[in-house]
Amino acid sequence: MTTTPYAARTGHQEAGGATAAPAITIRRRKADWTGWLFTWPFALVFVLVFITPLLYALWLSLFQNQLVGGNSFVGLANYVTAFQDPSFWDGFGRVFGFLLIQVPIMLLLAMVAALAIDSARLYATGLFRVVIFLPYAVPAVVAVLMWGFLYSDNFGLTASINDWLGGTVLQPFARRWITASIGNIVTWEYVGYNMVIFYSALKTIPTELYEAAEIDGARGWQVVRAIKLPAIRGAIVIATIFSIIGSFQLFNEPNVLQPLANNVITSSFTPNMYAYNLSFAGQQYNYSATVAIIMGVITAVIAYVVQMRGSRKEDR
Amino acid sequence: MSTGLRTINVKARTGTARTGGARRPFSVTRPRKSVAMTLLMVLFLVYALVPIIWLVVNATKTQGDLFSTFGLSFGHSFALWDNVVATLTHDDGIFLRWLGNTLLYVVVGAGGATFLATLAGYGLAKFRFPGRGAYFAVVLGAVAVPGTALAVPTFLLFSQIGLTNTPWSIIIPSLISPFGLYLIWVYTIDSVPTELLEAARLDGAGEMRTFFTISIRLLAPGIVTVALFSVVATWNNYFLPLIMLTDPDWYPLTVGLNQWSAQAAGVAAEPIFNLVVTGSLITIVPIVVIFLLLQRFWQSGLSAGSVKQ
Repeated sequence: MTTTPYAARTGHQEAGGATAAPAITIRRRKADWTGWLFTWPFALVFVLVFITPLLYALWLSLFQNQLVGGNSFVGLANYVTAFQDPSFWDGFGRVFGFLLIQVPIMLLLAMVAALAIDSARLYATGLFRVVIFLPYAVPAVVAVLMWGFLYSDNFGLTASINDWLGGTVLQPFARRWITASIGNIVTWEYVGYNMVIFYSALKTIPTELYEAAEIDGARGWQVVRAIKLPAIRGAIVIATIFSIIGSFQLFNEPNVLQPLANNVITSSFTPNMYAYNLSFAGQQYNYSATVAIIMGVITAVIAYVVQMRGSRKEDR
Repeated sequence: MSTGLRTINVKARTGTARTGGARRPFSVTRPRKSVAMTLLMVLFLVYALVPIIWLVVNATKTQGDLFSTFGLSFGHSFALWDNVVATLTHDDGIFLRWLGNTLLYVVVGAGGATFLATLAGYGLAKFRFPGRGAYFAVVLGAVAVPGTALAVPTFLLFSQIGLTNTPWSIIIPSLISPFGLYLIWVYTIDSVPTELLEAARLDGAGEMRTFFTISIRLLAPGIVTVALFSVVATWNNYFLPLIMLTDPDWYPLTVGLNQWSAQAAGVAAEPIFNLVVTGSLITIVPIVVIFLLLQRFWQSGLSAGSVKQ
């Protein structure tokens, strides 16, 4: 055992943190594979549960399984079908509308709560921070079951409120209101999570900035607009992207609510429910994979656009 | 000495308190407390708590009270214990079986996910190796791929190799946490000094040994954070087991509860609402307790995830 292996391994540098001089010599050295010692197990499972299914889905989407002739290559025919499929677009329109309304409301509420907690003007700040976050720990299934009970005509709060007001003012399961009812559940689940993300970003603002603002005579709202909001732009972009991805994937909430609102939540209520039902009720695996891929591409594109817009503003 | 210091502190504090009256000039860093703002936040608090309070209250009611008494007040009888017993013994104790399954998926799945993410995040942060850039790009890009786009093809793949309807079909996909990898990467750069690793190398310690004896201790808070989020993700997992499992004996709590709920509300309804309510309560208690105990970790974890991009 000589010292050469170690000398040769000056390539062990902190990522991005290396000084300029050794960084140049590293490139000329022989490739150092030590890092794979740590990273191969993750990579192996990642290929198995991410890359392979993704490629498999792409492959599936190019075939059709017909009664006559069995499995045959059809090119992009499934995609053409999907683009003309009213069931798909119906669900897509629903989640898109959901995204346009629910995500801004939820993020705005989260922002208000985070700013309030960060303002140091509340009594019992810690209590608010923990309790508002708590719904995030509740499994989506349990969250929907709880809200489903609260919504229900039999023994929910809705029934009590309707009794009290006389008549049927609240109808959470009516066709007109079902999307709003689901939006409320999703907001309940994630408003605290987003609040903590915003709050964590707010906490990293250096105190000197506030002191300087104070000397300049800045007041509450001016501080929020001039210091706090610009400082957490990155966190807002991240939260927006995650919320967009979540909205497009909407499945658990409508799926669990379905038995309670049977005629209103159809099998193609969201694209994801559509893909699920195509597979597991209709055995149309090829078409289901196509729908999943289209939704994946649309999600990735929108997330990318938000990311680009968000970071461009940051440069200004 | 310490008493002296304390007196000074108290003096300093009373000093601020005295200037803290109505006349005090506005301060951004140490503003006056606001009752109005606190009341506004109480609305948030009520919103977050009402469903949970409803669940706790209604887990104490008999089936009859569930239908006949106001949702947020207790019923005529206190049946929490009876409900818990009924939940645990219904259908030959299937609920306990589901609880055991959930624990299995959480321990093996979330434990494995934490281990793999820690190794890989550390490796990416501390070593330069061929393919490192692509590795990072692909894993972080995967965050944007909707999990459900993968679910159906994963199911088909797993069914071809006979993994569906076994615990492996839940555990294997749970082993990957791109968010966890990212968190450990950030954490390693912040808290494991390269000089320390160099010193260990000069002493002749192998890379793995250095990792398991030195680095892993420095990374401990980050590892706990990743473990916490993996546990929550696995405990709350619904879509994957719904697709993969047909045998109720392998269900986790989430899928099992939903099945009970469908039984209670379905066409041939079997009135087991009290079981659904009590089962839901039993399902959230452990995870809520974990969150309350490990506050420090999830707060720091989310801040690392949101600030460093």
